[in-house]
Amino acid sequence: MNFTNFGKYLLLLKAVFRKPEKFKIYMKAIFQQMDFVGVGSLGLIAIISTFIGAVMTLQIAFQLVSDFIPKTIIGSVNRDSSILELSPTITAIVLAGKIGSAISSEIGTMRVSEQIDALEIMGINSPGYLILPKLIAGITMVPVLVICSMFLSIGGGFLGGTLSGAVSPAEYIQGITTDFNPYTIVVALVKAFVFGFIITTVPAYEGFYVKGGALEVAQASTRAVVVSCISILACDYIVTQLLL
Amino acid sequence: MIEIKDVEKSFGSNTVLKGISAKFEAGVTNLIIGGSGSGKTTLLKCMVGLQTPEKGSVQYDGREFTDMDFEQRIEVRKEIGMLFQGSALFDSMTVEENIMFPLNMFTEQSFKEKLERANFCLQRVNLEGKNKLFPAELSGGMKKRVGIARAIAMNPKYLFCDEPNSGLDPKTSIVIDELIKEITEEYQTTTIVVTHDMNSVMGIGDYILFLHEGKKFWEGSNKEIAHTDIAELNDFVFASRFMKAAKKNF
Repeated sequence: MNFTNFGKYLLLLKAVFRKPEKFKIYMKAIFQQMDFVGVGSLGLIAIISTFIGAVMTLQIAFQLVSDFIPKTIIGSVNRDSSILELSPTITAIVLAGKIGSAISSEIGTMRVSEQIDALEIMGINSPGYLILPKLIAGITMVPVLVICSMFLSIGGGFLGGTLSGAVSPAEYIQGITTDFNPYTIVVALVKAFVFGFIITTVPAYEGFYVKGGALEVAQASTRAVVVSCISILACDYIVTQLLL
Repeated sequence: MIEIKDVEKSFGSNTVLKGISAKFEAGVTNLIIGGSGSGKTTLLKCMVGLQTPEKGSVQYDGREFTDMDFEQRIEVRKEIGMLFQGSALFDSMTVEENIMFPLNMFTEQSFKEKLERANFCLQRVNLEGKNKLFPAELSGGMKKRVGIARAIAMNPKYLFCDEPNSGLDPKTSIVIDELIKEITEEYQTTTIVVTHDMNSVMGIGDYILFLHEGKKFWEGSNKEIAHTDIAELNDFVFASRFMKAAKKNF
């Protein structure tokens, strides 16, 4: 059954990448989706990232209580954790809830109200028209949001650490600037790209094949978020294993 | 003209269409009637390609639709207009945007030209001035009329209507029926209407195909339908006391 779903998912993706009927219309839709995915989620991601960075700093400071460990390590651990894991994964999981459910319910409602049939009858490639702009917005804006999240998480760590007295500003700044490996950014951006793909295509698939009415659309939204989150965590492990 | 030959369609072990053949001519209103579950909507969906028949053929003016690849089907579909049972208007777009949508996708017309076409279509369905309303602000009858306006925006050769009268009051139903008939005769479209509304059958049924349990039981015109001795058809058409009483006057 799961292989059937995966096969249908791949066939849907194949249809998504058919040549668009009119690039101008698609470009307009892509910018609208970029605004929805990127700008519309920035506030939420900013709040979550800042607090996670602050909490991480406090927890690292709590756990590394030893005279043999310099306090600068708090900054570097927070930096690497934020860049490699927390910013990409937390951002993706939050977006899977916010964007994924919206995509699934939007497309699902269009399916049950015959709007997708109407597109098909007009001669429009409905998977391309409905999903491609969301996919492009996802794979471009999720990395942007992840970069914002990295800065805010490290900044949140600075605020949390210095305001609580767990680490001095100088020690924290020394920590985040020492032994920085730019490759970690590459790994994070690869993850963000993969997560952007999952966050948009999995919910789109769930919505596209909905049958029934309002209840089934709601169930598809829930399933979309659950499957997206599990896929994100599985891909997180695979990408980390491959790249580190 | 649309011709279907031996169309069969099953869902699992349930055979919904059992070898249906018919010819639907241009310029006349073709009706597909039958009780619930008789297969009329499935037949319509097989004809437009929303469902794939297991057997049989669907020809649009001699062009075999069932054998076409994706690109060829797109070309035929550009010649199709369809009114859905629930209207299927894009609810995030205004009335005007709904009508202009196919023009935006498939023509290189200027905005002014597309707007003029949208206004003409709206005028055709007696909805002038409703351009900026959203579907949620329209009544059921108005939604159907916008659906017709959108369906005729691209000057279709083939017009399909899936239960255009469902959920409408009798007066509005007659308005919709007359509109469909006028458009069919004016533009010489091949129009196929799926319905179980007896007013439509008697009012606009130039050609009627009666389906029962997935089979073709009868075909003819609204003038002939009252004079058949097919029990299943009589049970369907003259089910109500009013229609039984009216039959004596046919």
